[in-house]
Amino acid sequence: MIEQKHTIIEIAVTDLLKTVEEYHTKGNRLVQIGCTPLGDCYEINYTFTTAWEFESLRITVHDGDEIPSISGIYWGAFIYENEIHDLFGLTVTGMNVDFQGHLIETRVPTPFKNPPTVTKVPKGGDA
Amino acid sequence: MGNQIVVPFGPQHPVLPEPIHLDLVMEDERVVEAVPTIGYVHRGLEKLVEKRDFKDYVLIAERICGICSFTHSVTYCNAIEHIMGIEVPPRAQFIRTIWMEYSRMHSHLLWLGLAADAMGFENLFMNAWRLREEILDDMEATTGGRVIQGSSKVGGIRLDIPDEKLGEMVDHLKKIRPLLEESNRIFTHDQTVRHRMRGLGVLSEKDAWDLGAVGPVARGSGCDMDVRSSGYSAYGELGFKPVVFTHGDCLDRCLVRSEEVLASVDLVERAVAKMPDGPIEEKVKGNPNGEYFAFSEQPRGECMHYVRANGKKNIVRHRVRTPTFTNIPPLVKMLEGIEMADVPVVVLTIDPCIGCAER
Repeated sequence: MIEQKHTIIEIAVTDLLKTVEEYHTKGNRLVQIGCTPLGDCYEINYTFTTAWEFESLRITVHDGDEIPSISGIYWGAFIYENEIHDLFGLTVTGMNVDFQGHLIETRVPTPFKNPPTVTKVPKGGDA
Repeated sequence: MGNQIVVPFGPQHPVLPEPIHLDLVMEDERVVEAVPTIGYVHRGLEKLVEKRDFKDYVLIAERICGICSFTHSVTYCNAIEHIMGIEVPPRAQFIRTIWMEYSRMHSHLLWLGLAADAMGFENLFMNAWRLREEILDDMEATTGGRVIQGSSKVGGIRLDIPDEKLGEMVDHLKKIRPLLEESNRIFTHDQTVRHRMRGLGVLSEKDAWDLGAVGPVARGSGCDMDVRSSGYSAYGELGFKPVVFTHGDCLDRCLVRSEEVLASVDLVERAVAKMPDGPIEEKVKGNPNGEYFAFSEQPRGECMHYVRANGKKNIVRHRVRTPTFTNIPPLVKMLEGIEMADVPVVVLTIDPCIGCAER
């Protein structure tokens, strides 16, 4: 089984840009940005690596919080930040490419924030 | 500066293999800027994990993509197995590795055929796809599926491959190896291929790293970056070495893939030679509780499955970061400054799988 070293470091949102800048200066690659909804809050992981040892910066935010974009430091981060905005409805400020909610247009807007209601079609009913 | 116009390109276009939309800002025939848009095939598979038992979800994870399907299921299983502390038996790890390399071979041969077709090289296209069929035949013979295998499960694999059949597979690969080498020689030396691809869509090593490029896109730009180097599944015992080229252009991204097909043949042969005996699965008891980021090297590059579980049969969060998703910013860089007629070839060289990217 793959056993890669992966360290998770929890930081405050206010420290995000400063810490990401340090990772960039040290030559880290941005691996991904991913969001996890947990009850009334959201965890966002910013994963970096230089080789096969990974480090994730973790911030916790709530609805209405503003998250500063790291696309000024890692240019390609816009794709992850737009995804987070479109699926979770979180506000990311200062993105270098802002799709204004049109990167991923789901039938139910922000499905991870507003879970879609699933209704079963009764037997013999029209699908 | 000349007049600028915006040419909408895709999502449905005869020369695009996947539904990606590009707003191409043009000055005459030259692309000044490309703004990508995805979102046309979003399926909500990550959301579905909240409704499915974590064991059954392997089959859904496998359906994220029709080409990297087996590797998706193994990566998801790796995440769950790590959270639950399950030791997968060595034989299962070796057989998983063999099937992952078969997936790489058929994916790369499919792509090489598409690349040849994009260049108008029909004969090479047919030849690559004919060889791909040979690989798919062995996939079908050992798993029952040509596209979706359904052979991986949490704790191991569903089906063993008898030693006799493993020997037949190696014999088959020995027979088609000269044909693969001949195909590689054409991609490496043919003037048509070189003329169409050399110096086109250049991505420097620094840009590849800074923009997060992965897989053959990164390795074609000189980045020695392949998750298999970390030794997951059985790779640690097979003496794996990444294939790296340095020009960073379309041709080198193509050559990485054509060389990797032969490297996969070597890996399968070594895996069969070292195949251990023993069980093919470990019993799974209870539910996962914890989190893990599992990484694998799919044919298109580094893939990540993040799983967060809370001890119940449904998982809290399943996040998949696919190679295409992370290769989109590098694609934007590659498109700057090229001519309109070259856009389809450059887009093709990241081997886009938008179905993968959107889950």
